[in-house]
Amino acid sequence: MDFSAILPALPGLWDGMLLTLQLMVMGVLGGVILGTALAMLRLSHNKWLANAAATYVNYFRSIPLLLVITWFYFAVPFILRWITGEDTPIGAFSSCLVAFIMFEAAYFCEIVRAGIQAIAKGQMGAAQALGMNYPQSMRLIILPQAFRKMTPLLLQQSIILFQDTSLVYTVGLMDFLNASRSRGDIIGQSHEFLIFAGLVYFTVSFAASLLVKHLQRRLAV
Amino acid sequence: MNYNWDWGIFFKSTGIGSEIYLDWFVTGLGWTIAIALVGWVIALLLGSLLGVMRTVPNRWIAGIATTYVEIFRNVPLLVQLFLWYFLVPDLLPEPLEMWFKQDLNPATSAYLSVVVCLGLFTAARVCEQVRTGIQALPQGQTAAAYAMGFRLPQIYSNVLLPQAYRIIIPPLTSEFLNIFKNSSVASLIGLMELLAQTKQTAEFSANLFEAFTLATLIYFTLNMGLMLLMRMIEHRVAVPGLIAVGGK
Repeated sequence: MDFSAILPALPGLWDGMLLTLQLMVMGVLGGVILGTALAMLRLSHNKWLANAAATYVNYFRSIPLLLVITWFYFAVPFILRWITGEDTPIGAFSSCLVAFIMFEAAYFCEIVRAGIQAIAKGQMGAAQALGMNYPQSMRLIILPQAFRKMTPLLLQQSIILFQDTSLVYTVGLMDFLNASRSRGDIIGQSHEFLIFAGLVYFTVSFAASLLVKHLQRRLAV
Repeated sequence: MNYNWDWGIFFKSTGIGSEIYLDWFVTGLGWTIAIALVGWVIALLLGSLLGVMRTVPNRWIAGIATTYVEIFRNVPLLVQLFLWYFLVPDLLPEPLEMWFKQDLNPATSAYLSVVVCLGLFTAARVCEQVRTGIQALPQGQTAAAYAMGFRLPQIYSNVLLPQAYRIIIPPLTSEFLNIFKNSSVASLIGLMELLAQTKQTAEFSANLFEAFTLATLIYFTLNMGLMLLMRMIEHRVAVPGLIAVGGK
């Protein structure tokens, strides 16, 4: 084992890590927004909307992420073509990002829903007694409290997403894992680069999960 | 980019021998189930052992199990799979390495790697569930067992574990379903499980929407079926009076 070749490769690996982080951050942001919207629908009094959101969640939670990534990679160009009527080139990055957002939204939805349901019923009653309408009470009273409660869970899910971004390997996107593998293969040191990649993933996720645990203790209401 | 819809594609010949596309899906599903079930046996056995280790009154033993869990939870599944498939065989003793690389057919060696990988990966998760289950039991259970003259191994096998397993069936169910979904990574080391067969069908027939729709339906049905099965088991073995079952 000779790890000396990793040093000169670091800039390239860093580019890969940037792509990984970019995917993760955008995936989490999009996923939380879509997930929150889905949670609102699931909790709404309209049975049709609630059922539609529930179907969405159950659907995405019962298929593998890798299937979603692969499917979107193949299908998005066709769908865009049907919508826009002309060839719209879309990179692997965008199709992966869409896949992550739609997939993770199902998981984020369940976290947000549990967070909202954990808020005392009286809060909504009190908000409405003060003359707020439903959107106002949600936005100003319920959601801020709910998000505080569920921050640790959202962050844990984000760590999982950080690890799951490695699945974009399947469409050849140069994320951190793929950058490590391809560089290791070129110079014939795939083992060293693979071990290094594993160590980096471990260090980042482990440190992040320690932070989340710390935060969990501080945020505890 | 014109697309020719053809839902009959699954009954058409693949052009290879006398196979139709549906045969590919059946073969793929077979691999998926074979990976998931064998991986699950490993995960359940090792995970239970680790879960017990995390709760025994010995800091060193608990520390080993905690380290295991942290390592296997914080490295992405795909990286673990590559390590098992590309790296570990090279570290084996010469005869074993030759056997793995030359004597085994490629599907078998990929299968072994995936099963070991998923088994050990899921074991870390099962461990946490088992630990939670044991810790959820009242302390008095252990104390009472000690008072009756049980030794520690007997306490685990006769008092704690039988109750813990029954409490943790819901979270174990979701791990059990996860191992089916996670088995799809096997497609990335060339094992022709369900997802790989789907991709191959999409590429051969150019009917990608139909192929992926069928794959989605299969995963979905598998998931629902297993979930119903686990619910039935959960109801049957519920500890009376301990927890509400099936409430939702």
